[in-house]
Amino acid sequence: MTLLRIEDLHVEVDGKEILAGIDLAVDAGEVHAVMGPNGSGKSTLANVLAGRPGYDVIRGSMTVDGADVSALSPEERSLRGLFLAFQYPVEIPGVSNMEFLKAAVDAHALGRGDEPPSAVDFVKRARVAAGRLQLNPDFLKRGVNDGFSGGEKKRNEILQMLILEPRLAVLDETDSGLDIDGLQVVADGINAFRANTNAVVLVTHYQRLLNYVVPDHVHVLADGRIVHSGDRKLAVELEERGYGWLAN
Amino acid sequence: MSERTTELADLVGEEHAATGRDYAAGFVTEIEADTLPPGLDESIVRAISAKKEEPSWMTEWRLDAFRRWLSMPPPRWAHVQFPDIDFQAISYFSAPKGDAPKSLDEVDPELLRTYEKLGIPLHERARLAGVDTAGEDAPQVAVDAVFDSVSVATTFKERLAEAGVVFCAMSEAVREHPDLVRRYLGSVVPKPDNFYSALNSAVFSDGSFVYVPKGTRCPMELSTYFRINAENTGQFERTLIIADEGAYVSYLEGCTAPMRDDNQLHAAVVELVALEDAEIKYSTVQNWYPGDEQGNGGIYNFVTKRGACLGDRSKISWTQVETGSAITWKYPSVVLRGADSVGEFYSVALTRNRQQADTGTKMTHIGPRTKSTIVSKGISAGNSQNSYRGRVRMNPGARGARNYTQCDSLLIGDACGAHTFPYIESKLPSAVIEHEATTSKVSDEQLFLCQQRGIDPEKAVAMIVNGFCRDVFRTLPMEFAVEAAKLLEVSLEGAVG
Ligand SMILES: Nc1ncnc2c1ncn2[C@@H]1O[C@H](COP(=O)(O)OP(=O)(O)OP(=O)(O)O)[C@@H](O)[C@H]1O
Ligand SMILES: [Mg+2]
Repeated sequence: MTLLRIEDLHVEVDGKEILAGIDLAVDAGEVHAVMGPNGSGKSTLANVLAGRPGYDVIRGSMTVDGADVSALSPEERSLRGLFLAFQYPVEIPGVSNMEFLKAAVDAHALGRGDEPPSAVDFVKRARVAAGRLQLNPDFLKRGVNDGFSGGEKKRNEILQMLILEPRLAVLDETDSGLDIDGLQVVADGINAFRANTNAVVLVTHYQRLLNYVVPDHVHVLADGRIVHSGDRKLAVELEERGYGWLAN
Repeated sequence: MSERTTELADLVGEEHAATGRDYAAGFVTEIEADTLPPGLDESIVRAISAKKEEPSWMTEWRLDAFRRWLSMPPPRWAHVQFPDIDFQAISYFSAPKGDAPKSLDEVDPELLRTYEKLGIPLHERARLAGVDTAGEDAPQVAVDAVFDSVSVATTFKERLAEAGVVFCAMSEAVREHPDLVRRYLGSVVPKPDNFYSALNSAVFSDGSFVYVPKGTRCPMELSTYFRINAENTGQFERTLIIADEGAYVSYLEGCTAPMRDDNQLHAAVVELVALEDAEIKYSTVQNWYPGDEQGNGGIYNFVTKRGACLGDRSKISWTQVETGSAITWKYPSVVLRGADSVGEFYSVALTRNRQQADTGTKMTHIGPRTKSTIVSKGISAGNSQNSYRGRVRMNPGARGARNYTQCDSLLIGDACGAHTFPYIESKLPSAVIEHEATTSKVSDEQLFLCQQRGIDPEKAVAMIVNGFCRDVFRTLPMEFAVEAAKLLEVSLEGAVG
């Protein structure tokens, strides 16, 4: 069953075309890796999916579970199960991670018409997820990403994913900046999350993550287009040969 | 992405304020009032004094203040702008008609309904408003309700009297406790301290008087609720709190006014006196009508608040949450005279639309090893201007004195301004003065992160602002902290378009 379908997607930022016709279909249960040179449009794709202001869809469509999401606000897309792990997670000093997560979980519960979880239940859940990512429980009390190291921020993104249990997780270079153990922990988190009811789009520069989280499909983005797709062997080949050969 | 930022500015209450939907306290009470005609001269001062049946020393005190006021120019140094006030166009006294009620049962039901609507309980089984979850065991709060120029009710007087605590209207104190009033009134804020304190000293109407005797911990929170109702009337309340040796008292102050197109003047004076080992905690949640989106109407809040730590090891702590008023001009200060005395100032000031706030504190260190802490959080949205102005002075005798100042500004949108004016005056090498200041913005990135996680932008702004204010809210009594957080949230409504 197709969870995400992108067709002929053209996107402009400040009047400049960044995505020039993307086609992509992601089925439930799948992991897709998106690779490509710096500036090729990977983060743009992730952001436009999440509805970030300033990214203008000029043409084409994006549907999640068959419904076009282009006109929805970012929070509505979130409530429909779209999750973005940011390449550069922003800090919100003064708002504790716990408070932030609870607000997010409550919003999702209300969106489904459910009662928000009790504070006690929620704290338990958050602690378990933090433990899984080998984040000290103190991180839950600190301001959102406030003073976190680069790697800690990335683990924190996956923590949020595990707690919100999205239907589609778009992870933008979550492996960048992680140490070797961190990479393993994050990969374990993603693998634990994988289910045949959800899907993952992994934006990455490195084949290493793909050794742990084995993708079903690998796509290469260049100049705002998917120029090549293949299976996991493509990632290995890219690691050896770079992107140059694809241009020809 | 500047477009986005503009949108963000729209979120902050512009359209809500235009219709006044977010100012729930904006109604008018229809009640017959006994109001002096507009204008100010000696006969008006005498008339106010006569209405209050004051002894002649009080009348003379007022007249002295009035004569000094005549020769004083209004202050112009604050970072606020407004047309000159016509002091002859204001009425200086307005009170509900009839004799002052002797007990709660005699209070006009229309007034009781007004306070009920505002969430202020004027009966003695009550707890503070807005705290639905607090249940029956919630701490009781004694309330003095000041309506325009008079105190209309004071609750729990008898229970307080058992503990020896005096809590009454200032006009009653002038009659019943003349020795204390004569000794301390004007001792902390002298009549000619500034233009508005001189004016207040001449025409002050009501306010609260508190005396907590030696070694006594006041058995409940005390609070005064100020309400301006009448049109074209100024409110000039006068509050005096005295904590005798080893005494402790926590006092809360709240204020609202109807929505009117004209500006109204509120020029209060509050004096606190802490003797040896005494502690006074004074909290304000100020929600005077702020005016509409275009800046029409609203209260001019020109207030002088000062505490004197006279005794060794005494402590005075000001906490204020300022969300209302068209213009706020206010510097709750502490004079640290006693050795090892402590002064604190915790402030949240939120401005939006065309509001202007120039607020801060003065800490004057006189005694040795005196200590002061200043934490100021300014939040500006819309087209508002928000200034922190603080002065820390170390006098030669203040050996080993310390001050810590933290002054943070948070901007929402591009059209507002935040300013800090810290003044440090010290010739004492042994004094330690630390000052930290930050300015931050609720960024589009932060909002997008929240939205991406399902949190709507209005909630997100409220959450971020609340987080920003946490250090100050922590110092409020629990009930007030809840109220303050709610008030901020309401004030920020519509901050996200
Ligand atoms: N606001 C903007 N204004 C102009 N150009 C922009 C803007 N945002 C992104 N771009 C451009 O769009 C292109 C794609 O950027 P994007 O961040 O999507 O690349 P990426 O593939 O994620 O790169 P990286 O691997 O470095 O993360 C870049 O050339 C970038 O400079
Ligand atoms: Mg990128």
